[in-house]
Amino acid sequence: MARAPLQGSIVPALKTAAEPGEVVIEIGGLSIRFWVEDAPFVRLLRERYAGFVTSVQKTQLNFDVELISPSIDHGDADLRVEWKFGRWWMERGDFQAEWNPETARGLVRQTANPYSIDCVLRIVHTLLLARKGGFLLHSASAIRNGRAFLFAGDSGAGKTTISRLAPPDVTLLTDEISYIGQQGQSYFAFGTPFTGELGRSGENVCAHIAAVYFLAKGPENKIEPLKPADACGALLKNILCFADDPDVVHAVFQSACKFVCEVPCRRLTFAPDARVWEMIV
Amino acid sequence: MNQNGYARRSSRVAARRLGDEVVIMSIENTAFLFSLNRVAALIWEAADGMTSIEEISARICSRFDVAPKAALEDALDLVKRLAKHGILQMSDTPISAANDFVQESR
Repeated sequence: MARAPLQGSIVPALKTAAEPGEVVIEIGGLSIRFWVEDAPFVRLLRERYAGFVTSVQKTQLNFDVELISPSIDHGDADLRVEWKFGRWWMERGDFQAEWNPETARGLVRQTANPYSIDCVLRIVHTLLLARKGGFLLHSASAIRNGRAFLFAGDSGAGKTTISRLAPPDVTLLTDEISYIGQQGQSYFAFGTPFTGELGRSGENVCAHIAAVYFLAKGPENKIEPLKPADACGALLKNILCFADDPDVVHAVFQSACKFVCEVPCRRLTFAPDARVWEMIV
Repeated sequence: MNQNGYARRSSRVAARRLGDEVVIMSIENTAFLFSLNRVAALIWEAADGMTSIEEISARICSRFDVAPKAALEDALDLVKRLAKHGILQMSDTPISAANDFVQESR
């Protein structure tokens, strides 16, 4: 595919007031403004990210969104994330985006679909979290008794199943992508709008992480401790890392190592029934 | 490489000790995560490019109940396997730090 260069000069002047064309999405305490000229697309984004849309004026990042013709959509082309010329460049079949961390501004060129911005959000949060000891994890997460529990695993491991089985006193943060932030020696899980098969966003709340469970399905419910090295391997397999950039990879690796030293990591084998939640307290 | 050869940790990896073990990930190929046990971790940590494999295996013998020949063979085998994945560099002569990977900082 021919790659259209995205130059900083084509980024229009940023609007700062709360106008109808802007959508501010706040995840993990970080707010990102998307400025969109197209009113129906603004409505679509507000519906898609309901619960995470805020009206804050001061945002940490600002993206202009330029909608392009579907004929320019290159379908399933692989995602590429690269650091060059002092900015991050992201490209997939359905969008091209750039982001300058120094100016905290960027541009997304995409067709009118909600999935491109979802991908941009995941990439941007991943890159920002990498600098701060946090990460996005392929896991369900939930709060019970004021403490957060993570349930990590590949597709089919049971993330959505365990989310569906959650009793009423459990607050779901996500059934697909967990947001992990570090504050000092503590780790917190935040709700995300990133959904799996459950098809609904998590609650926009956060809590201290009490444990991570790596899921496996089996005939009976059982919890086994994991050695730090094994936990690190399991964690790294499930951390979202879109960039091959050495700085980012190194930061993610160190974050994972630190995390398994601070947070209990266990293997949870479970039968698909609600009794599994008797063990999660 | 002969038994008097040398091994040096690659700078293109991220590594960290976790308990008794050392976990290592190649920066260039994140699909592989290596977990080294106590003995392998000792070899890894001693692989500074200036200490010979023979000397490293002697250190193993001083800390673990293992015959010198077996220790040397195991050390050579591990070094070769890690070198194959780019985790270690190996050479018949001492390896200086001159070839260190330099990355763009920001």
